[in-house]
Amino acid sequence: MGMSTVIQREADFMIHGILKYSIGGHEVWITTTTIGMVIVSIIILVLAFMAKKTMEHATDVPGTFQNVIELGVEMLEKMTQGILGSNAKKFANYIGTIFLFILFCNLSGLLGLRAPTADFGVTFLLGLVTFGIVQYQGIKNRKFRHFTSLFEPVPVLFPINLIGEVANPISISLRLFANLLSGVIIMGLWYGMLPIFVNIGIPAALHVYCDVFSGAIQTYVFCMLTMVYINDKME
Amino acid sequence: MNFSGQDFIYGCSAIGAGLAMIAGIGPGVGQGIAAGYGASAVGRNPGAKSDITSTMLLGQAVAETTGLYGLVVAIILMFVKPFG
Repeated sequence: MGMSTVIQREADFMIHGILKYSIGGHEVWITTTTIGMVIVSIIILVLAFMAKKTMEHATDVPGTFQNVIELGVEMLEKMTQGILGSNAKKFANYIGTIFLFILFCNLSGLLGLRAPTADFGVTFLLGLVTFGIVQYQGIKNRKFRHFTSLFEPVPVLFPINLIGEVANPISISLRLFANLLSGVIIMGLWYGMLPIFVNIGIPAALHVYCDVFSGAIQTYVFCMLTMVYINDKME
Repeated sequence: MNFSGQDFIYGCSAIGAGLAMIAGIGPGVGQGIAAGYGASAVGRNPGAKSDITSTMLLGQAVAETTGLYGLVVAIILMFVKPFG
């Protein structure tokens, strides 16, 4: 009892506001999420410029970095072609972009940032973009059948079909958000609540599970489900 | 010792958060079944191990969703305090 009252620290896993300003009377906060996203974007931009520079002077016998880029592009092509088939080329850009963004956001816990994807504002926006693309493709490829298919197989099922359609962005964004949030909370509790000597070495294993393993799997799942939803509307 | 109505609501919210985490049973059972079938599939066809593993992990990650809904409800009850 005596020890625990001496070492009183606090678990910290909330989103914090850093800077407040107002636009037209509305309070707008720059939060830890914003900072994390800016840092992640800068890292991705730097990597992209490095990749561009490397591929401009591409050699027949690839160096290390060129090898990694080619491996990544091949994996992306394999992943998109596995689900979208002949339409893979059209969506590979988008899938690659969100894959890199979500992956780096999930891994940013390793840099000591609060993962931006552990904020529902970020993941719900990603889900909404997916929803928009899916609906656009549905209207473009199936015209009126996109709406009439809601009344199939029998018109009574219309409410259920509608809910099933609207629940998609909520379900994929909540899945990503809750996985990352649980990781952030576990790491926050471990760092904040336990005595200092358990914080040597052991958190590395937890980071491997909560950030690297869970983060990579959820990135993959988000991209796969996006492609599956798009593929449903292609014909 | 005096209780205010506020304290009572917070206490009930904490109990509700604990009850919401009962949702964790379902994904545990489901992921276990998926892992079991994955293991038997690898036993029958060891050559397809990587394919089986990635399919299994994808299915498990999707099956985890219901448990995570429970987690979200519990976290909202604990930290957002919607009934406070």
